[in-house]
Amino acid sequence: MKILYFAWLAERLGCPEEQITKPDNVQTADDLRLLIQQRYPEQAAILDKPDALRVAVNQNLVDWQHPLTEDDEIAFFPPMTGG
Amino acid sequence: MEVEVQEAAFDIGLETVNFSQIAAKHHAGAIASFIGLVRDYRNNTALQAMRLQHYPGMTERILNALVTTAKDRFSLPAVRLIHRHGLLQPTEPIVLVLTASAHRAAAFDGCAFLMDRLKTDAPFWKCEYDHHGQGHWVEAKIHDNTQAEKWDVD
Repeated sequence: MKILYFAWLAERLGCPEEQITKPDNVQTADDLRLLIQQRYPEQAAILDKPDALRVAVNQNLVDWQHPLTEDDEIAFFPPMTGG
Repeated sequence: MEVEVQEAAFDIGLETVNFSQIAAKHHAGAIASFIGLVRDYRNNTALQAMRLQHYPGMTERILNALVTTAKDRFSLPAVRLIHRHGLLQPTEPIVLVLTASAHRAAAFDGCAFLMDRLKTDAPFWKCEYDHHGQGHWVEAKIHDNTQAEKWDVD
């Protein structure tokens, strides 16, 4: 699956985009959030509060229980500040 | 094209003239507009520049969906929405919303709806650069959520 990060999330993780193979135990967007915390242990705290973050799957905003598949594009980002 | 997401500056005058001609073809009696500008201060100090990041693809999808919803909900025959991204200078326009309708109330409401929803739904993030050139990501305001929720339909 393709994972994108935006704004300060991308800066803190030092990575705007990465490709990973979906592990069997990653079923939902929240599972993926926990996996990313393990992949970036030094930055784990910024992913602690799902309510303070947004997640999109295939460019649609979804809730954290949204199921994931290997072909998905998942994006994590802070609340939007356009306009 | 109703929606544009672009790095280039836009001409407010030209956009308004073009839009009023489109509105006239639809027998509209009113046009409302909103123009958002880059502020030239941050916490009472001078702002050097602003960078707007966005999620290419999703941004266009969300903005087009919002425009479709607004046209249907407020009976707007024509809408124009331009949102910029990239590096912007203080006082430059960031966003333009133009709405046309038969009477003014729908044009005003449609314009406010689009701006309120865009703030919370469209994937843009602002980074403000202070006079030392230090970047600060702008935090979303709770007020923005309250404004957007105002338009929720039960």
